[in-house]
Amino acid sequence: MQYHTPPSFEEASRIAASASGTTRFLAGGTDVLVQLRSDLVTPDDLIDVKHIPGVKEIARQEDGGWRIGVAVAGAEMTEHPDLGRDWPGIVEGMDLIGSTQIQGRATLVGNLCNGSPAADGVPALVAAGASVTVTGPNGARDVAVADIPTGPGKTCLEKGEVISALNIPARGENGGDAYLRFIPRTEMDIAVVGCAVNLRVDGDTITEARVVLGAVAPTIRAVQACADALIGTTLDDAALEALDKAARAACEPIDDKRGTVEFRTDVAGVLARRAAKIAYARAKGEQS
Amino acid sequence: MSKIHVTTKVNGDEVEYLCEPRETLLDCLRDHLDLTGAKEGCGTGDCGACSVTMDGRLVCSCLVLGAEAQGKEIATIEGMAEDGALHPLQRKFIEHAALQCGICTPGILVAAKSLLEKNPDPTETEMRYWLAGNLCRCTGYDKIIRAVMDAAAEMREAS
Repeated sequence: MQYHTPPSFEEASRIAASASGTTRFLAGGTDVLVQLRSDLVTPDDLIDVKHIPGVKEIARQEDGGWRIGVAVAGAEMTEHPDLGRDWPGIVEGMDLIGSTQIQGRATLVGNLCNGSPAADGVPALVAAGASVTVTGPNGARDVAVADIPTGPGKTCLEKGEVISALNIPARGENGGDAYLRFIPRTEMDIAVVGCAVNLRVDGDTITEARVVLGAVAPTIRAVQACADALIGTTLDDAALEALDKAARAACEPIDDKRGTVEFRTDVAGVLARRAAKIAYARAKGEQS
Repeated sequence: MSKIHVTTKVNGDEVEYLCEPRETLLDCLRDHLDLTGAKEGCGTGDCGACSVTMDGRLVCSCLVLGAEAQGKEIATIEGMAEDGALHPLQRKFIEHAALQCGICTPGILVAAKSLLEKNPDPTETEMRYWLAGNLCRCTGYDKIIRAVMDAAAEMREAS
């Protein structure tokens, strides 16, 4: 195994594009090193991106949005004074991953690139309409986070392509987001169901909504029918019932010892209701 | 395969070692620097027995490559007692009999110290969540939590 520490994403991309064997990019290493140590994936070229300037920065953009470096650890997001005020759902999703030790290293972009349908960091990003900048042999392009995962463990990234930044839009006025997951224990487990809700209100009425489910399909899934159930309502009982129904209808989960199809489907509806209530309270400024 | 030359600081001392690209920081501490306090429990970041801090941040040294430690500051259990005097956490672990086999103990001490540096007055719930990534198969955790809370109280009084 060859260990590289390129000084730029262009160089990182060049190394990956010209590699003949298995390539992995290393940021937090909490997936890559586990795979390496358990002999699941032994890269011929391991490309550590942490020597590239800016990868540890959380920066507010001129338009009020955020640019998050690809090596920013979960703990650094949680400790940031302003990011969680704008996007509490994104920060709490990332914060649910692993132990204190894992939070010291694990990154949101790594969670995305690992391609798990149960990734806790990703649903709230999709709900926020976040995008990533992808640097490749033909230059850089922006891709919606929603389009990156293509199946369990798979992404749309081509050989030589590397995610070089995460871009979160401006929060804007009267918006709120939330992420909830169900696990069989209280800490350090993989989501059986996850649900992110991001919405905007005008007075008491919801004007924009995105609802995203995790761990109930081969990829994380934005559900338009759930959004439609919320938009134009004041999150009354009828809206919550319609949301619950739409969330359950969108589920195509696996059936395993951690959760049956029936259980996962039912929980998706419950989490959608609860996350919507939190996001709504946050949008109205009634809850932080 | 060519080895990587790494210069880093461990417990305040400048050290250097040569490592294979796939060797972890835990391997390097134990096999190249003879610092065997950090233990390998699982090797996959689940158990916390290999906990150290890197630039002040609590990490599993089994999930850090030795090569990544270049230019960093590492703190391990070996640096916890000062001039032969045990750290209050270490004393309280003995007092409360907060260990049996001892494999998890160095990691728990390093992790608990890291919390008390951030938050000298944690609630029991905060402490339990902070230590959720440090598994112990002997004690049932209760004595560990009591020892840490007691040490925290003593450290607050002393400061």
